[in-house]
Amino acid sequence: MIEQNDILTVAEVANLIKARLEENFYGISVIGEISNFTAHISGHWYFTIKDNDAQLSCTMWKSFNTRIRKPANGDKVVLSGKVTMYVPRGTLQIDVRDLKPAGLGDLQIAFEKLKKKLSDEGLFDARFKKAIKKLPVRIGVVTAAGGAALRDMINVARRRFPLVEIVLTHAKVQGDGAAEEIVSSIEELNKLDNIDTIIVGRGGGSLEDLWAFNEEIVARAIFASRIPVVTGIGHEIDFTIADFVSDLRAPTPSAAMELSTPNQNDIINYISDFCNKNEKRVQERISLLHQKIDRQINSYSFRKPEGMINDKYQKLDNTFLRIQNFIDNRLNESGAKLNLLTSALENLDHRNVLKRGFTITRQDNKYIARSSQLNTGKSLEIIFYDGTTFIEKE
Amino acid sequence: MEAKSFEDSLRRLEQISGKLAAENTGLEESINLYEEGIILAKECYNKLKEAELKVINLRSGIEEIFNKNDEKGD
Repeated sequence: MIEQNDILTVAEVANLIKARLEENFYGISVIGEISNFTAHISGHWYFTIKDNDAQLSCTMWKSFNTRIRKPANGDKVVLSGKVTMYVPRGTLQIDVRDLKPAGLGDLQIAFEKLKKKLSDEGLFDARFKKAIKKLPVRIGVVTAAGGAALRDMINVARRRFPLVEIVLTHAKVQGDGAAEEIVSSIEELNKLDNIDTIIVGRGGGSLEDLWAFNEEIVARAIFASRIPVVTGIGHEIDFTIADFVSDLRAPTPSAAMELSTPNQNDIINYISDFCNKNEKRVQERISLLHQKIDRQINSYSFRKPEGMINDKYQKLDNTFLRIQNFIDNRLNESGAKLNLLTSALENLDHRNVLKRGFTITRQDNKYIARSSQLNTGKSLEIIFYDGTTFIEKE
Repeated sequence: MEAKSFEDSLRRLEQISGKLAAENTGLEESINLYEEGIILAKECYNKLKEAELKVINLRSGIEEIFNKNDEKGD
């Protein structure tokens, strides 16, 4: 506790006040009129809430105001939050967490009533939500033909997944009879057997504009649809009964189409990833087998025959070498013999005899070796070492 | 290839991928699967690339083709 005579710094006092305020003014609701409303570029809202007798500064941070319809000066609202102190300025302000129009209109009351009724019946239960098909072939679209919502949805479908077919069932999306047309469109699509998803879509508008989507018959038709229903109605901040009962709520018609179609780039990536990954896999498999084969070839059991073959080769080579040597030796021997024979022949050459002074006698081209062979009445030739002499007889 | 079989093709690709990743798939089967997969992948790719959005107006019976190349501004 603070003693009476303690001297505190300004910041200490300011922070003490802040703490007390936050402890005691937490979760309060205040009714009043908005003035000095400023939506700062940062997304935070600054305004004053006032009545005839007082006014209080308010802040509403971006994180809390994104789903709130932006109020205007003079709007009567009920806000809830906590009272706090902005210490740097010593100002007191309400840190607003929620903001609603004060005094619900008839539509708002009807909305809340129907919402409660259907919720109690279990129409919003998660267990009834059907899964949205990831790769739809045909998407039924319930919206106004020629509306901006349809154009947006077509653009999204064409960009994301042009393989899909859009089956449009026109329905008025506001005014008298809109709810009935929406219902009959949903029913009509349910009679077809090839629709994967139904999108119920409408562009932004006031609570009155969007009212058809808060009608009970629409909610029941969506609930009864055997085909999953995606709703994309209004903007981010608009919630309709149709949104609560549908299988998937999208903030806008475009977003509804996005949630109902795959992104073709993802599919293309998947396909190219498939090709790359599996090309690698098959290549790895092949190189693995190569390695296995190499290992087998180099293994002992495979090397053994190879060794055996090498052994045989060696043996064969040795044998061949021996034969070669043998032949060579033989040839050499023969060569020596031949030389011997040649000289022997040379010794036998008759010219050596002639050299020594002997002569050869030839008659009628025959050698005459014996005197009995000689015909003394015929011509003959005597061969000397240095020449031949012819003896002519008549 | 019908749009329905586009999904079947992608599912088959998934299957093939699984089999190719499995250790006990033989080489010949792997190569056959790989071949089948590449053909399917190519078909799917071409199908997507050539697709033109078709919008059928159930009430009027009018079919409108939205060519990829005449994108209207949003």
